[in-house]
Amino acid sequence: MSALEEKPLPIIPRTGPASAPKNDADPFGRRGSGPGDGSRRRRRGGSGGPGRGPGWIVYGCLAAVILGSMFPLWWSFLIGSHDSTILSRDSFPLLPGGNFFSNAVEVIDTVPFWRATMNSVIVSTVTAVSVVFFSTLAGYAFAKLRFKGAVPLLVFVIATMAIPTQLGVVPLYQVMARLGWTGELQAVIVPGLVTAFGVFWMTQYLRQAIPDELIEAATVDGCSMIRTFFHVALPAAKPAAAMLFLFTFVLNWTNFFWPFIVLGPQNPTLPVALQQLQAAHFVDYSLVLAGATMATIPLLILFIFTGRQLVSGIMQGAVKQ
Amino acid sequence: MSAPAAQVPVSTTRSGGSAPEPRTGRRKPKLSFRHRASAWDRRYSPYLYISPFFILFAVVGLFPLIYTAWVATHDWDLIMGQGEFIGGENFMAVLGERGFWISLRNTLSIFILSSAPQVVIAILIAYLLDYNLRARTFWRMGVLIPYVVTPVAVALIFSNLFGDRFGLVNSILETVGIDAIGWHSGTLPSHLAIATMVNFRWTGYNALIFLAAMQAVPRDLYEAAAIDGAGKVRQFISVTIPNLRPTIIFVIITSTIGGLQIFDEPRMFDQYGRGGTDGQWQTMTMYLYELGWTRSDFGQASAVAVLLFLLIVAIGLINFVITRRISSSEVKR
Repeated sequence: MSALEEKPLPIIPRTGPASAPKNDADPFGRRGSGPGDGSRRRRRGGSGGPGRGPGWIVYGCLAAVILGSMFPLWWSFLIGSHDSTILSRDSFPLLPGGNFFSNAVEVIDTVPFWRATMNSVIVSTVTAVSVVFFSTLAGYAFAKLRFKGAVPLLVFVIATMAIPTQLGVVPLYQVMARLGWTGELQAVIVPGLVTAFGVFWMTQYLRQAIPDELIEAATVDGCSMIRTFFHVALPAAKPAAAMLFLFTFVLNWTNFFWPFIVLGPQNPTLPVALQQLQAAHFVDYSLVLAGATMATIPLLILFIFTGRQLVSGIMQGAVKQ
Repeated sequence: MSAPAAQVPVSTTRSGGSAPEPRTGRRKPKLSFRHRASAWDRRYSPYLYISPFFILFAVVGLFPLIYTAWVATHDWDLIMGQGEFIGGENFMAVLGERGFWISLRNTLSIFILSSAPQVVIAILIAYLLDYNLRARTFWRMGVLIPYVVTPVAVALIFSNLFGDRFGLVNSILETVGIDAIGWHSGTLPSHLAIATMVNFRWTGYNALIFLAAMQAVPRDLYEAAAIDGAGKVRQFISVTIPNLRPTIIFVIITSTIGGLQIFDEPRMFDQYGRGGTDGQWQTMTMYLYELGWTRSDFGQASAVAVLLFLLIVAIGLINFVITRRISSSEVKR
């Protein structure tokens, strides 16, 4: 809902009259469910092929795809571990050299790398926590509470996902300048505190994750609304919250346009620091690519542990109505 | 926040003095304060819960967008601040600049080069992933790796791969016997290189979306097609693709909104960040940035933002009309 969103996550917004009955059939015959519906059918056979497993051709093609998606990262590390003369030689290196560490030191000397890393961690973590909390709060209201205007308001939220808010960048910058926030992290954090995607995602999930009886029981037991939220909705939202956290984290970690505009060279996030590095060392690709590798490693580590959730998050977002 | 989990039932229906025996008399019409508080709680809490989104969207989303139109019709610059109302002058100035039209051309060209192949390849990858694979999670994670790499790093890496003199791509081309290509000087080559970066980052991601849609295709459609004598290819064309249509539309629309605002990759394609010596790969968002933050003319920058907004809306409408046509003129086979 801000300059943060370069691309909305995969959600197929409901079109047409936005009444939202559960499990309605979709005109194209897709069967969907909310996010976090853990019961993926294990299918037998591939596209149209009953029974038999795939042959080596399928595995071969897939291996080629994966090598293609790994290669640029490997190349980045490869060049980043040699010295600056490596590219002007006749042949390309096949194995990493021993220079990665000294290149890394040079990168840290050139740009405020640690500061940028810290900033990226702060921005990504704070926005992710905040998006999860406020989206769960709003999603709970939309999914489970009855109030006047709920449907049009939810339609409005979904509609904002299609608005290219990045284009409001000039006045947004003026607002930040007026507040004296230019160069400060809050200029990047505040616009991303809650997102339309998050609200929609949580609404979809909580609709089927919380039985109405549970809320009624809590009400009868004398829970105030907010207490019901904390005791019933938040625990129920955990699986979807984990995915939303990841998506928001990745989105903010990789974001460049707005931080580049509003943060100065003294206080950058990692992508902004990489831009500085490139400007300072444009001929020395071993340094620049060492920096690119260093900026990528933290998220790769995160990905190793959470890639499975990201995959299922994307796939659940896609079929949903 | 954390009250004990074991909840002692407390009756809210009665308040004030607790009467041990059930009352049989008429209910008092007077509501206690607690009662009313509870009713307010119930009536207004939902609005309170959804308000953070709406407030924030109003301040950092909607207001800046609307105010952009205001800035675009005034004479601004970064140092002087607001000047007087000048109507369409900023627009005329922008539309009179060659740079604007070049950036429009580049944006559309890069957008087409990076969305058409992406959809096709993503569907093919999804088709492969849809097989009954061993270690399916591994394969799915594998295609998603590029998604976690920041576009800035992607641009640095690919800018090196597409180096004019010492790039790996040109070396391979020369080995095959093709002349080296000026990726950083030519217009179309630079667009191809930048589109490659976009495709690298998003193809696997979209493949997973298509995969999810494929898995939702009812199995009996395939069985029926097989009984009718359709082979694998025919099944793919006649069963899989039609069922993917809404997902294809969705992916195209999201990549339209994102793709027309492209900035990161072309900005980082060389060290100067101006989109080449003659703006060969300067996109509209880059042009907006140059006007606002290099030439310090917020008025003209906002005019570009308004024009880009109109372009996104126009292409969105074209998408919409085409897809309406396709889905309404569909002949049920």
